[in-house]
Amino acid sequence: MTSAPHAVLVVDDDPQLRRLLRTTLAGQGFRVIEAETAGRGLIEAKSHKPDLVILDLGLPDAEGHAVVRGIREWSSMPIVVLSARVDEQQKIAALDAGADDYVTKPFTVGELLARIRSALRRAAQPAESGELLQLGATQIDLARRDARGPQGEVHFTPIEYRLLAALARHRGAVATQRQLLREVWGPEHVDQPHYLRVYMKQLRAKIEPDPAQPRYLLTEIGIGYRLLAETDQ
Amino acid sequence: MEERRADPDALLAAVQAEEHRARRGKLKIFFGATAGVGKTYAMLEAARAKKAEGVDVVVGYVEPHGRAETERLLEGLEAIPLLMLRDGQALVREFDLDRALARKPQLLLVDELAHTNALGSRHAKRWQDIEELRDAAIDVWTTVNVQHLESLADVVAGITTVRMQETVPDTVFESADEVELIDLPPDDLLQRLREGKVYVPEKVRVALENFFRKGNLIALRELALRKTAERVDAAMDRYRVTEGIGAPWAAGERVLIGIGPKSDGESLVRAGKRLAAALHAPWIVVYVETPDLIRLPDAQRNRRIAWLRLAEALGAETVTLGGHSAGAELVGYAQTRNVTRVLLGEPSRRGIARWVRPSTVDHVLARARGIDVTVIKTTESMRIARSPLLARSAAYLAAPPSAKRRWPGYAWTAAAVALTTALAWITDPALNETNTAMLFLTAIVLLAWRFGRGPAALASVLSVLAYNFFFVEPRFTLNVADGQYLITFGVLMMVGLLVGHLMASVRLQARVAGHRERRTALLYAMTRELAATRETTGIARAAVRHIGEVFDAQVVVLLPGKRGRLACPRAADGPPEPSSLRGADLSVAQWVQDHGQPAGLGTDTLPAAAARYLPLAASDATLGRLGVLAVLPVNPRRVLLPEAAHLLETFAAQLALALERADLAERAQSAAVAAESEAVRNSLLAAVSHDMRTPLAVIGGAASSLAEDGAQLDAQTRRELAQTIVDESTQMTQLVSNVLDMTRLESGRSVVRPEWVPLEEVVGSALRRLQRPLAGHRVTTHLDDAPALILGDPVLLEQLLFNLLENAAKYTPAGSHVSITARRGVDEVELLVADDGPGFAPDIEPESLFEKFQRGRVEGAIGGVGLGLAICRSIARAHGGDIRAERLPAGGALFVTNLPQTAEAPTVPREASDE
Repeated sequence: MTSAPHAVLVVDDDPQLRRLLRTTLAGQGFRVIEAETAGRGLIEAKSHKPDLVILDLGLPDAEGHAVVRGIREWSSMPIVVLSARVDEQQKIAALDAGADDYVTKPFTVGELLARIRSALRRAAQPAESGELLQLGATQIDLARRDARGPQGEVHFTPIEYRLLAALARHRGAVATQRQLLREVWGPEHVDQPHYLRVYMKQLRAKIEPDPAQPRYLLTEIGIGYRLLAETDQ
Repeated sequence: MEERRADPDALLAAVQAEEHRARRGKLKIFFGATAGVGKTYAMLEAARAKKAEGVDVVVGYVEPHGRAETERLLEGLEAIPLLMLRDGQALVREFDLDRALARKPQLLLVDELAHTNALGSRHAKRWQDIEELRDAAIDVWTTVNVQHLESLADVVAGITTVRMQETVPDTVFESADEVELIDLPPDDLLQRLREGKVYVPEKVRVALENFFRKGNLIALRELALRKTAERVDAAMDRYRVTEGIGAPWAAGERVLIGIGPKSDGESLVRAGKRLAAALHAPWIVVYVETPDLIRLPDAQRNRRIAWLRLAEALGAETVTLGGHSAGAELVGYAQTRNVTRVLLGEPSRRGIARWVRPSTVDHVLARARGIDVTVIKTTESMRIARSPLLARSAAYLAAPPSAKRRWPGYAWTAAAVALTTALAWITDPALNETNTAMLFLTAIVLLAWRFGRGPAALASVLSVLAYNFFFVEPRFTLNVADGQYLITFGVLMMVGLLVGHLMASVRLQARVAGHRERRTALLYAMTRELAATRETTGIARAAVRHIGEVFDAQVVVLLPGKRGRLACPRAADGPPEPSSLRGADLSVAQWVQDHGQPAGLGTDTLPAAAARYLPLAASDATLGRLGVLAVLPVNPRRVLLPEAAHLLETFAAQLALALERADLAERAQSAAVAAESEAVRNSLLAAVSHDMRTPLAVIGGAASSLAEDGAQLDAQTRRELAQTIVDESTQMTQLVSNVLDMTRLESGRSVVRPEWVPLEEVVGSALRRLQRPLAGHRVTTHLDDAPALILGDPVLLEQLLFNLLENAAKYTPAGSHVSITARRGVDEVELLVADDGPGFAPDIEPESLFEKFQRGRVEGAIGGVGLGLAICRSIARAHGGDIRAERLPAGGALFVTNLPQTAEAPTVPREASDE
């Protein structure tokens, strides 16, 4: 791993939460930079170029998705957003704008750290199309469009491969419905989520040992899907 | 002067009047005895002084009178351009009210309070324009002469023999905030006249030569001075009321003016006003409708309308009574109203005629006990020169068109008399003459009773002739041997006529009473129907029907929409809108709505309108104006009579009450709903705060232990304490989430966004969240019988399953089996969550589990507010379905949720499979 500790920018207006995150992250070996407002956050992001941004969506001076868009204009650094439970739309907007993942308040530190680690891993190893996906007992070669499971070969349709590729691209983060629909079916189909549902069901049926209790193709209700490969478990 | 507590009612009236005055624009009147004393000049001078002080003064209308001095004073003052109106052949300049309202100056000068506006102006009179300006909080200065005051009009006429056409109601004069008397001694005025300084329109110059005689001027001056002094008096009285010094009503006088068809109504009314003002007493003008009224010519009937309206304009209460004897009616009414003084006109009959047939005055004098009776000699006595008998027959000839119907009556009478004669002839040998006469008498009475006055008279005459001819010596001639028979004839005649007269009166009374009763019954019918109707459109419709029936008119009820703008009612199935009540007339109605005063037919505002518009006002001013009632009568007279106008107002008042009631009921309902949701919130808060205390206490204790004694504790203990904190906070989070969910679902803010929800994912998501609590349980899912996609809100459905599964985890011991099944039903989907744990206690009613704050067992170690199942039910119901609980026969609990599915899931086109 890198020798220098990762720098994490915490953008949150609540001082208690900032203190908690500072203590926790510092204890895990991260270097923490703090910002109280969105404006300050953008400035700190530009000047310090952190490895990851933790962004609270309830900031007083700006909408979360606007800040994400602001950062995404010049950087692809991983962003994890903190959201209050009730505001689904805020969360989805931030994710659609380019945030990698989200954590809902109140959260346990374990959850947060898991998300942070996923996001950092993803940033460190950009997904290549030639990657091999190991989902439990199934191994999928996205480049060659080939898959092997415990019972032998597994057939995936072209769209299913495209969906798997899209999910793989978002590995370590959550992919929103919009993102997946756009990437797999194109912008005209962003309002037809049932396509996505049906195909996800098909994928689960082919990959998951118990489709009703999935381990690799996880659903984030109301938001989207998350791919957890063997290495991510 | 002894200290007295101010009468609270009078005080309240004074305070309200004061408030009203404070809000309205102030009126200052420059008052003078005659034209030419210099009122306009004084007004302009004072206005210029005000302008110099910085007040925004604008000239609305000032008559320069062709005098250079006045013209000079106008210079430098901003003037509102005048309106040009066509009056017959000529173009006249009039004060432009709308422009003045738009300009909204602090102070507006408008000359000549008594002026009558030309046709086409909004109001008939300038004083009404000024009232509207005051309502708009604009201060107004104006001028007026004493002869223009309503109550003094006849006195002035008496002095100058010139009748003033333009008058101003006394109420306007009395409502002025300031009255400045511009006084000029008569000699100076005459001097001015000679010098040509007094403006007099050419056409009336000659007529007015009479007017400007010294005697007149002195008298007029005195009148003006007295009137001004009266104002000071009134101000004194107000002061006394507010300071509680002496009570003006201590004497408690009440005056009643009685007028009838033969009175000189106008003089009486004005005299009544003066008397009432002098006594500071309320006054009532009573018109007694005797049977004579019907047979008077139209001109005289209209006079009574004019008198009653005059009385109202002067501030009296007007009442119309019906009866046979005016005197009896007046006294009876006076006694019920606690009248202390009755004012009557001098009787028209004198001498013996009066002795034979006493006049009203006599009746009243005879009956009135404890009431003073004042008889006024009027300046113009109305004498009916003709004798009563002739008067009746003259009126008779101009009688209503029922003449045709009478012919059968006369025919019958003649026949009956003939029959009686025959009968008498037959029985002649047996009866003596007296009894023969009795036969005829009987016939006359019967005929009079049956056919009325006319035939009665005929019967009398024919009977007498027949009796004379056939039965009185010498027979078969009309001569009379014995003079005694003349008496017989006389009696027969009199009896016939009397009975006929009596019957006619009685019938008329009955008819009049019938009319009245019918009107009252109609009012009652409308009121009753209104009482039964709850909502506004129903009320309006009922009112339209009833009022239209009573007044034989087309009626529209206009209700205000947003921002108080009236809209024509959309008559989906109601009566069609009359074509005249559209467009321009809607603006009249809007005016009525904005100002709260009636307009249209029979009023002083826009009297040319075809319909009458009445405002519907609530009893409580804060509720605003409820709407406008527009009445377009077929016969305008129905609405013009003061009595009819009163009746219409009564109907309108009933309608307003009903509308107010409907409005209040609505408010009460929404208030009740608000109160209920308030109560729910409060109970939730109470439960939450109670259930939060325990976890908070635990967290606080554990955290403080770690913080203070952390170093002394071993790692194991520290870990345990920390874990406790985590567990309890999770618990609290769940609690808060539940409460928030509940409030959102109940308040309706949680919108169910139906989309195609993959059942499998929802179940999976819920199970994943409960991974730890369900770790020790066996969980199976059976989702193949249900469609893959169901219609619903994914987040809410996941929450529903989460709550059910959490319950299962909480209330069943480790090792229990929890199963989740989905079944397809008819137009619905069923979700079944079952466990094989202990189930719920035998004494618990399954339905009661879904109530808020309910638990399946006694509260104990198991935390949680008990909202879980209530939330499940709210979610199920929000989807149009429901949830129920059952005990499983083998032991355990089953929860069945059914969700209606109104559409087929969309299919996704199959693609050609690769390889």
